[in-house]
Amino acid sequence: MFFDFFKKNKKTSAEQAKERLRIILAHERAENKAPFLDDLRKDIIEVIAKYIDIDPKSININLQKDQSIEVLEINIPIK
Amino acid sequence: MAGKVLTITSGKGGVGKSTTSANLALGLALSGKKVVAIDLDIGLRNLDMILGLENRIVYDVVNIVEKTCKLNQALIKDKRTENLFLIAAAQTRDKSAVTSEQIKELAEELKKDYDYIILDSPAGIEGGFKNAMEPADEVIIVTTPEISAVRDADRVIGILEANSKTETNLIINRIDPTLVKRGDMMSKDDVLQVLSIPLIGIIPEDKNIVSYTNIGEPSILHKDSKSGMAYKNIIQRLLGKNVEFMEITEDKKGFFQNLVSLFKE
Ligand SMILES: Nc1ncnc2c1ncn2[C@@H]1O[C@H](COP(=O)(O)OP(=O)(O)OP(=O)(O)O)[C@@H](O)[C@H]1O
Ligand SMILES: [Mg+2]
Repeated sequence: MFFDFFKKNKKTSAEQAKERLRIILAHERAENKAPFLDDLRKDIIEVIAKYIDIDPKSININLQKDQSIEVLEINIPIK
Repeated sequence: MAGKVLTITSGKGGVGKSTTSANLALGLALSGKKVVAIDLDIGLRNLDMILGLENRIVYDVVNIVEKTCKLNQALIKDKRTENLFLIAAAQTRDKSAVTSEQIKELAEELKKDYDYIILDSPAGIEGGFKNAMEPADEVIIVTTPEISAVRDADRVIGILEANSKTETNLIINRIDPTLVKRGDMMSKDDVLQVLSIPLIGIIPEDKNIVSYTNIGEPSILHKDSKSGMAYKNIIQRLLGKNVEFMEITEDKKGFFQNLVSLFKE
């Protein structure tokens, strides 16, 4: 009984493979499309930090394709 | 004649590029198309063995581009059909022995006389892959349902897009219906959802391929072969026909067959 319960909630290995691929490929596609993202992040942190106190880890940079428009989204939470 | 360059590539090694190249080349030739298959895995010659033509090789692709032989001298005629020729990879050189410009030039020359120039790409995304990719009019990406093969296929798809190669199709090879049913292998639909490029074929896992390779006779020559059937379907699709995708199901053993295999053990 206990094992049955356990089994039902566990994803099959194929489902896990698909999930892992979804996540890693979303990341790799963005990286390959815009290899400058990492450098951009560093530059932005450097510039902003001159003026405001920020947490470098909380900066979120995203290149997204929304139907036909590409959007570069930069989120900088201020401390 | 204005032939087409069809490149077979994958990213990850060992997923079935050469097996696919051999079957498609032979199948297209047997359907009446004039075909040249070029093994671009320089240093790791393979296609000659799969096609059973290894004893006929005198000159190879490096000889052609270095002009140490005439094009005709390096075209190895198939045993089974007048329509198929192989250009072998050099075995004692490496991928840097040819450039993609040279392969492009060779392909352009061959396009005058042949319907299909099939380029069997080496694994990876380096020079050897580029030699195969750059001359391509159409590309077939081969993957298996394994996580690392799919990931590498995605990378290759990205590179092809960046190089404006838009005619790209996918083959999913080595689908094992028992594993899919058990939830231990991604299904055709799972892979398609991840990769989202058009599918041109699904090939079942086929234990007989080893013996077909042993004797140099690709699946397509074997009447009862499931992988051969799958390759025949792909050829129909390449020729513009609309063929349904086969169901890949477990071999159903009847009671009687089970009984027979019981006694065979
Ligand atoms: N559908 C299949 N069922 C069973 N075995 C297969 C299938 N397709 C290919 N194989 C086997 O997998 C192995 C690799 O195949 P193949 O040489 O065609 O791959 P490749 O992608 O060309 O490899 P490489 O990257 O080394 O050039 C071979 O032993 C082949 O017989
Ligand atoms: Mg190969």
